Amino acid sequence: MSEYTETIEHIEGATTASFTKVWFVLLALTGVEVLLAYFQAPTLIMLTVLLGLSIIKAALIIAYFMHMKFERLSLFLTLFPMLIFCIVLMLIFLGDAVRIPAMRPPV
Amino acid sequence: MSSQVSAAATSLWEGGRSPYAVNSKKFGMWLFIISDSLTFSAMLFAYTYSRVTNPDWPKPFDFSPAIIFSTVMTFCLLSSSLTMVMAVHAMNHGNRKAAAKWILATMAGGGAFVVLHLSEWLKLINVEHVTPFQNPWGVPLFGGTFFALTGLHMTHVVLGLIYLGIICTGVMRGKFKAEDVEVSGLYWHFVDLVWMFIFPLVYLMSAKVG
Repeated sequence: MSEYTETIEHIEGATTASFTKVWFVLLALTGVEVLLAYFQAPTLIMLTVLLGLSIIKAALIIAYFMHMKFERLSLFLTLFPMLIFCIVLMLIFLGDAVRIPAMRPPV
Repeated sequence: MSSQVSAAATSLWEGGRSPYAVNSKKFGMWLFIISDSLTFSAMLFAYTYSRVTNPDWPKPFDFSPAIIFSTVMTFCLLSSSLTMVMAVHAMNHGNRKAAAKWILATMAGGGAFVVLHLSEWLKLINVEHVTPFQNPWGVPLFGGTFFALTGLHMTHVVLGLIYLGIICTGVMRGKFKAEDVEVSGLYWHFVDLVWMFIFPLVYLMSAKVG
């Protein structure tokens, strides 16, 4: 059985300049979110755009800050499809939440 | 059949080589992060469910100062993530002194976040009279879900600060390796990542302008 040895390799793309760029992008996306809240876009549009931007921000953090972009694909495939599947399953409950206000007897 | 056996014996999954090419500490932290992501996802869904079922959900966050205040908190957390990346980078290059400084900067960002968050909580509790069980706006679930969600996140930040404090002390004393700093960095980025969902869903969706 071979031993696992840790080696620190030079990873292309994992530079301080690229991390700073990602930080600026994250700040810019946060700025867009805050502007959206200031202009009070319709609820559904706002929710969709905010969630979309949050997913992009999360992806950037996972890919660059958490180094997932530089890991093996096998690690990503082991961890994330299951997580995304479970989160999507939770959406089932939201249909119920939409129906409840309509089902409530008038006060 | 024999060719299949020999293929299995030489495959990456045989056990002799790491299939993910990460050390066990890092893989363990990733597993924890995935399970904790499900906890926060469930809580965010519970918050969204409560909100959708109550059309008269309150909008207690004035754009100025509450939203600006929480934007500054977001800035602190995002910047602390950048300094954490720098700490990992410095440690990977064997520069312990720089790594310790970057970890301290990360802790400063996290500490600022906690102080700002606590002052916001105190304003809600003392001025607006919001508790987990009641509030002046008539939807008791608001306080319950708000304090549960932000409280769990703040607990993670405080635990992260303690974790980083231990790592920083070890790095300064020449104890921990680069992988230990990287694993603590994974935890810190996760705390930042969760806030990227709490901030828009809890604060920005409940912003009051004018």
